[in-house]
Amino acid sequence: MTNAARVGVYICHCGINIAATVDVPAVTEYAARLPGVVVARNYAYMCSDPGQAMIQKDIAEHNLNRIVVASCSPRMHEPTFRAAIAEAGLNPYCLEMANIREQCSWVHPVGYPTTWKSMQLVEAAVAKVTRLEPLQTRQVSITPTAVILGGGIAGMQAALDLADAGFHATLVERESNLGGHAARFYRTFPTQELAGVLVQDLLERVNQHPRIRVMIETEVTDVSGYVGNFRVKVRRNEEFTEIPAGAIIVATGFETFDPHLKPELGYGRYPQVVTTMDFEHAFAGREDSKQPLVVHEGSQQGGNASLAEANDTRMDHQRIQIENPKSIVFIQCVGSRDQSVGCGGNGSSAHSYCSRVCCMVTAKQARLVRETFPDARVTVFYMDVRAFGKGFEEFYDQARQDGILYRRGNPSEIIKRGNSVLVRAEDTLLGEPVEVEADLVVLAVGMRPRPDSEAVAQLLKLSRSSDGFFMEAHPKLRPVDTSMAGVFLAGCCQAPKDIADSISQARAAASAAMIPLMRGQVQVDAATSFIDEELCSGCGQCAEICNFSALSLHPLRGKMTVNAVLCQGCGSCAATCPSKAIMVHQFTLDQVLAQMAALSGWDDVSVALEKVETV
Amino acid sequence: MLQIESRQFAVERGLFACIQCGKCTGGCPMAMKTRLNPRDLIYRVLVSGNGFNLEGREELWDCTTCLTCYSRCPKQVNPMEAILAMRGAIVEKGKIHPNVKTALESTFRNGNPLKMPRSDRAEWAKELQLKAFPDGGAEYLFYIGCTPSYDPRGQKVARALVRVLGSAGLDFGILGNDENCCASEVRRLGEAGLFEAMVEENTAAFTELGVEKMFTVSPHCFNVFKNDYQKLEVGAKFSAQVQHYTQVLADLTRDGRLKFNGSFEQKVTYHDPCYLGRHNGIFDEPRAILQGIPGLELIEMDRSREKSLCCEGGGGRMFLEGTNPGTRLAQQRVQEALDSGATILATACPFCLLTLEEAVKHLNAEEKLRVLDIAEIAERAL
Ligand SMILES: Cc1cc2nc3c(=O)[nH]c(=O)nc-3n(C[C@H](O)[C@H](O)[C@H](O)COP(=O)(O)OP(=O)(O)OC[C@H]3O[C@@H](n4cnc5c(N)ncnc54)[C@H](O)[C@@H]3O)c2cc1C
Ligand code: SF4
Ligand code: SF4
Repeated sequence: MTNAARVGVYICHCGINIAATVDVPAVTEYAARLPGVVVARNYAYMCSDPGQAMIQKDIAEHNLNRIVVASCSPRMHEPTFRAAIAEAGLNPYCLEMANIREQCSWVHPVGYPTTWKSMQLVEAAVAKVTRLEPLQTRQVSITPTAVILGGGIAGMQAALDLADAGFHATLVERESNLGGHAARFYRTFPTQELAGVLVQDLLERVNQHPRIRVMIETEVTDVSGYVGNFRVKVRRNEEFTEIPAGAIIVATGFETFDPHLKPELGYGRYPQVVTTMDFEHAFAGREDSKQPLVVHEGSQQGGNASLAEANDTRMDHQRIQIENPKSIVFIQCVGSRDQSVGCGGNGSSAHSYCSRVCCMVTAKQARLVRETFPDARVTVFYMDVRAFGKGFEEFYDQARQDGILYRRGNPSEIIKRGNSVLVRAEDTLLGEPVEVEADLVVLAVGMRPRPDSEAVAQLLKLSRSSDGFFMEAHPKLRPVDTSMAGVFLAGCCQAPKDIADSISQARAAASAAMIPLMRGQVQVDAATSFIDEELCSGCGQCAEICNFSALSLHPLRGKMTVNAVLCQGCGSCAATCPSKAIMVHQFTLDQVLAQMAALSGWDDVSVALEKVETV
Repeated sequence: MLQIESRQFAVERGLFACIQCGKCTGGCPMAMKTRLNPRDLIYRVLVSGNGFNLEGREELWDCTTCLTCYSRCPKQVNPMEAILAMRGAIVEKGKIHPNVKTALESTFRNGNPLKMPRSDRAEWAKELQLKAFPDGGAEYLFYIGCTPSYDPRGQKVARALVRVLGSAGLDFGILGNDENCCASEVRRLGEAGLFEAMVEENTAAFTELGVEKMFTVSPHCFNVFKNDYQKLEVGAKFSAQVQHYTQVLADLTRDGRLKFNGSFEQKVTYHDPCYLGRHNGIFDEPRAILQGIPGLELIEMDRSREKSLCCEGGGGRMFLEGTNPGTRLAQQRVQEALDSGATILATACPFCLLTLEEAVKHLNAEEKLRVLDIAEIAERAL
């Protein structure tokens, strides 16, 4: 192979990104003299159409069979150049990139050493490219169905879109009802529509849809397979079912912050202190507006309430009846934007983030109070009011015009005063500490990741951001994808958001999921691991280390086999194998050693490697 | 002019992280009764360009270092430390209150801020025949501290504690007249130079003596040994495991080594000292001891644990009147204890003991409420 290699090397200026630091013509001259190199050129932007055309023309004219592009990170443009050389008739895997931008021009000063490093990187890439083999990508046919985890607003919407597009969808919900948090709300900001109506509408469409199967009181116990062909194992009571699915949408939502974690606010101790969730629930549950309002503490959903009870068995299930209140106080940002409390239970970091809905929830509920108890004085303590959404500022304007008093300052503590409570704060605009007596204090609790997030993340091999929510593949460019192909995110499991944003993300996730489902086939990367059966002893150490369950023992041959669809080409197996029997295409020992030999200037790097091993 | 270079000051102390939410001031017990406003102070430092004038800021000396501000801050800004640093700048220029000056000088000369001679330090234990550390080969060093060594009321606590520990068979020794002030109040009064010198001296002494485990009567001594010594280069070698005596007693009760054969038939409410509770998160041990005493009924005041109301004895306030001496927080606290229906107000700090007792007298409530240290209550139930 080496002898027959005809290499073209292309060095990119990247405007001034590379050219201002690296002497590009010098690198080109250097490259031209390397063994196997037939042409070496440079150009302002290799990734541009003329840049790509230059490569394609050379392939035809000089009969090139290997290409090196020295430019940016392969994460950026490897797909671009692979496609370009494939168009010109080369196997796309006959490409190697030398990263002379991130690893060179961006991190080093102008000068000869930097140019010299670029030369070395190019030389290593040439050494490797001559040893690369053409690989065949494979097509796998897929199961045209989806599983959606979590039947809140987001999960229901995603299921509906998929089903309307003609795919079968299974909606798996842990609780006995669909609807999630929104099913327990009274009205919704910014439109004041009744939440019950919104949820009911979705619910009916979901329940009546011929292509949606709803599984309530059901939990996922295992997920195997890969994009196009997942197998989702679920359990209802003692009954297990396995559902085949081409794509999975995670819409497991959030839980509200547990205010027991801020004991200075007295939640669970004073019946007068309730959360926005308790308050929402009280209004939603009231049959008619003449009834007195009864607010129960601890109406958070599911795990949250039981956690609260475990924390504070002394005074759980307190309730308070509100009649002719004189003063009602709302406190914003409880458990949000707050580094002094952790996420609880799962070891992830503090609640530094803004929960995005609490300002509006507060305005909504304060207006409701104004309407219901016109004689009560309504005070909102806030740090900032974040009314960023469509119609939000107007909604907040209305709240103030309704006579709700916004006072700037976040209360420090709540103490008892006779039959009411005293909210102690600083009114920072007055610059004075104040004490406001209240018959009811509503804590605008933020959102946090559900306590079982880590378990769900492990089932699906998802990553989590530092705030504990599930992590999208890219915060801007791939906001509904995950690092697992075929698994998508929707709703508050990814980050706090309101209903409109949850619905938008759900629809985006559904349409992203439809891409593989509609194609009917998915292409899998060919740069996977492969076994040299002569060397393999079948010890199985590689299978143990593999995160993607891609390796198994062949029952008859007693050797390991690779499931090329599951393999992500990470190389953990190759590093583990004591017999060097498993390797990853594009990163074989031979290829990597050639690269290292070029970089180090040593003829035989393997000698040095052996030495390192024995140290 | 008493200028500080406020930009550097703010950067070094992370004050730019402040979002002006006002939680610190909202919780600050002194903000209600004096001009002290930690949020406002931070804001003024931030906007002052590069020179903030400390002249006339008498309220800096009102801070009791109760740490409510820091415990409530959502951005982990520590207003109390900023206040201490401002005090430091004032002290450095020598512009200090005569009382502070006396206390600091006495600490330097006599090893205590109370103007008492070193040779009297162990008077309280004259009749007790305690082991001298380390010659007696004791397991623990019992560090007494200045107030329990010299103040007659504090001495009672120290002696009570000796009897309780003795009944549990704990092996401990004391330093006698060689004991030196822990310098907690020196730091709180802003005398960073003297503090550093004393940390160096005490660390060297403790290292020499081979102190591995020690406990204190006062949460203030406990706190400075546990949290402040190692932060200084000269104290980096300080390695003893420090406990507050309530932790030791709680352990002894749990292990069954400390038994209460008697009883204490009273309604007791417990006042969490700032330096035990908020500063060090020790809320449960003192309660566990009290709950283990037969006949004792423990009542909680509304403001308990994290919300405990400072008695106004910390942060050098034992030596300073402050700008509003009329209504002491301790009086408010005693009123809360009275409202709870308790007959005994328990605490575990010599400063709290003195300020609260003073307040009981001021309110003419001696008939209704007695202030006792947990060690004294435990002794009565042996
Ligand atoms: C007090 C309050 C008031 C609000 N008011 C408004 C408002 O007026 N307007 C507005 O736009 N937004 C409002 N919001 C925001 C709104 O609640 C969310 O945007 C919305 O509920 C997000 O829906 P979701 O489906 O992502 O999550 P959720 O509603 O949390 O639903 C998640 C569902 O998944 C299920 N689930 C979780 N884990 C699993 C699992 N492992 N397996 C199976 N099922 C699982 C849960 O049981 C739940 O049914 C409010 C929020 C709060 C806290
Ligand atoms: S330490 Fe206490 S007294 Fe001092 S500023 Fe903070 S809250 Fe106020
Ligand atoms: S609590 Fe913290 S963030 Fe808020 S005003 Fe005080 S120092 Fe600033």
